Amino acid sequence: MSNTIHLKKGLDIPIKGVAAQKTVKTVAPDIVAVKPTDFKGFLPRLLVKEGDPVLAGSPVMADKSRPGILLTSPVSGTVQQIVRGEKRKLLAVLVKADGKQASVDFGAQKIAALQSAEVRDLLLRSGLWVSLVQRPYGIIADPEATPKSLFISAFNTAPLAADYDYSLSADVPYVQAGIDVLGKLTPGGVHFCIGERTASSSPFHKIENVIMHVVGGKHPAGNVGVQISHIDPILKGDTVWTVSLPLVAAIGKLFATGKLDLTRKVAITGPAVSDPAYVTALPGTPVAALTDDAAENIRVIGGNVLTGECLGREGYLGFFQDQLTLLREGNEKEWFGWAKPFRPKLFSTSACYFSWLTPRKKYDMDTNLHGGPRAFVQTKCFEDVTPMDLFPIYLIKACLAKDIEKMEQFGIYEVLPEDLALCDYVDPSKNNIQSIVADGIDYMIKEMA
Amino acid sequence: MEENKTTKPGLFEKGGKLGFLHSTVDAFETFLRVPDTVTRKGAHVRDAIDLKRVMIMVVIALVPAALFGMYNVGYQASLSAGLEWGFWKMFWYGLLKMLPLFIVSYVVGLFIEFADAQIKGEEVNEGYLVSGFLIPLIVPVSTPLWMLAIAVAFAVIFGKCVFGGTGMNIWNPALLSRAFLFFSYPSYLSGDSVWISVPKGMDAVTAATPLAVTDEAGRHTVQALTDNGWSFWDLFNGLIPGSVGETSAIAILLGAVLLIWTGVASWKIMVSSVAGGLLIGWLGQLGGATDLPCYYQLVMGGFLFGTVFMATDPVTSAQTECGKWIYGFLIGALAVTVRLWNPGYAEGMMLAILLMNTFAPLIDHCVVSRHISRRNKKLKTA
Repeated sequence: MSNTIHLKKGLDIPIKGVAAQKTVKTVAPDIVAVKPTDFKGFLPRLLVKEGDPVLAGSPVMADKSRPGILLTSPVSGTVQQIVRGEKRKLLAVLVKADGKQASVDFGAQKIAALQSAEVRDLLLRSGLWVSLVQRPYGIIADPEATPKSLFISAFNTAPLAADYDYSLSADVPYVQAGIDVLGKLTPGGVHFCIGERTASSSPFHKIENVIMHVVGGKHPAGNVGVQISHIDPILKGDTVWTVSLPLVAAIGKLFATGKLDLTRKVAITGPAVSDPAYVTALPGTPVAALTDDAAENIRVIGGNVLTGECLGREGYLGFFQDQLTLLREGNEKEWFGWAKPFRPKLFSTSACYFSWLTPRKKYDMDTNLHGGPRAFVQTKCFEDVTPMDLFPIYLIKACLAKDIEKMEQFGIYEVLPEDLALCDYVDPSKNNIQSIVADGIDYMIKEMA
Repeated sequence: MEENKTTKPGLFEKGGKLGFLHSTVDAFETFLRVPDTVTRKGAHVRDAIDLKRVMIMVVIALVPAALFGMYNVGYQASLSAGLEWGFWKMFWYGLLKMLPLFIVSYVVGLFIEFADAQIKGEEVNEGYLVSGFLIPLIVPVSTPLWMLAIAVAFAVIFGKCVFGGTGMNIWNPALLSRAFLFFSYPSYLSGDSVWISVPKGMDAVTAATPLAVTDEAGRHTVQALTDNGWSFWDLFNGLIPGSVGETSAIAILLGAVLLIWTGVASWKIMVSSVAGGLLIGWLGQLGGATDLPCYYQLVMGGFLFGTVFMATDPVTSAQTECGKWIYGFLIGALAVTVRLWNPGYAEGMMLAILLMNTFAPLIDHCVVSRHISRRNKKLKTA
């Protein structure tokens, strides 16, 4: 059974540097970082000290408030360094890999016979529990809770995002195993959304034990939040869990083989990459090992250009990231920029420029803001890129005003910053909409706790 | 702007010797060059569009109306003075008449904007680029410059700065300046003697606008217009007395096409305003308030100009798409209602827009509340 949803609103940003469907290397890094900052709401307590030996799957940190939630090492080796920032905030644990990739043996499972409690236990022990994201708020799922349902998006529409049809094509049996496992966590079933464009050719269209949906449209059609709002909107008091597809495969692998294997194909993308393609790597791999193009004045983004995180040349790939985007920093002034009739190198969704004349052109974008921050003036552009049943500008203003009642009414439970990321992009007033929404969500968490 | 080129780094920056001029220098700098600011939070790439580009589009859309207005100023002058002027002479005459108005509008308005930004330590925002161009177009050409200066100052200070600047204001600043003039100096803004500027040394002439003619005429409006030598097409072309920019429907429609194509102004507001005007005009004709066909309402006075350039101001109009239909419709309907049933005012567009500016948040509130309750119901039954 499948339902088709076609979304009209949205925007595919035409940026250069899509990864070719080839895998150029397998990265075996010396050092791998475990970063507690990858997880919203995770308060780390260290379980190792420098010099300790670890295996892939050995616990490295636990959550202070919910000690069952562990972060584990993705490689075997020894703990080399504990990196702290200001106020001794724990930033990362660096593990020196021994190259053997020996793993803790969790024991291969007979998935059909598993109970919910056993699934939870193994996910927690292996450190894969943190891949379950709870909505509302986008925090780590509560191990005690039972969600209304579980959502998985099998396609990614974000700019230059990794194409799961390619990157996970060899992992389809593991994805199926992962879904079978996750299905035991909720009575509401697993909703599985595949993209309309590749609906019949996708390796995932024969996945079973799911409620299948076909979703079409421009970005953010692939965002699981948008899909939820069209399939089964989140109301006050509901919780829904989501898992990204590469991590579903990792969960499947864990239960099928008994070993923690977070290896994934990472798309190295962006206009500043000389040969955009895929590499096979682990989360926590140093940027320098992933690409040689990270030079001076290049921004290295873990994830896509809309929602990604600035990693820097010395950074490490995050737990959820399967994409690296390299962009030129746009720190140059442009004479008469806004006043020029034509700016052929720049893309605009607005017909105030002429990029509508070249609909197929891909642009070499940089990080320039293209203007100064202003008060909200034009707001229809937000609605044009938000295919959800809500008024973005009212939600944003409610977040700014920290008015909980209004935030609830305007749909704060349904969105994460990523769902409104395009508002950031199109806003002529150059507001940081994602930060506003993120602050609103943090405020909700604080007040509703 | 020359000053900018010789600026040494640090001199005008905060904490520098002339740091108190930071906002001003920054405004000139960003006017000439798009700044090198890079994204720090949120999306790493951004669209090329910014408010400067949006505002300049509105100014470009106003250019046909402004150019035609200048020509019409000269045309009306030569007509009433009985002079045989050529096209360029007429245009030149209008240009010379209009230039001081533009200069006063921009100098006074921008000075206050800069001073305001300076005091608040913020960037100068570009909203006045449009307001400063609009104001000379919606007043009679004979408006004394000192009066215009006061009106502009009032509009910018009390219409905008006290609310926090562009994006925060409740009423359209340009219309506010006109309303200020209208109520403070009614004899300069209405009546029959203000619409035509005659060459020096000649007696002032009186000329009624078509709206005033129909207002006076009572029952036989079309006849009265014809007696003045105006057919519907004359009104549509715009070679008639009136505020400078408002007379030519052709020039305004050219601007409307640009605004709609670029998405800078909402076509929904324009369409619904025209619909509202037509409906009330038709009802008025049906009910015997006038014998003027309803489509005449669109080409007389400031109806079209207000619909295209003032009602669609994204800051002061309704924000929700459904709200825009209601807001625009009520503007058109109210404007024509005032025209037909209020003997005191021949024109109702200005007041209709200002009134609906006031109620736009209420319209939005109703639309949003309805949406929320409908959604809650749907989700509960689902």
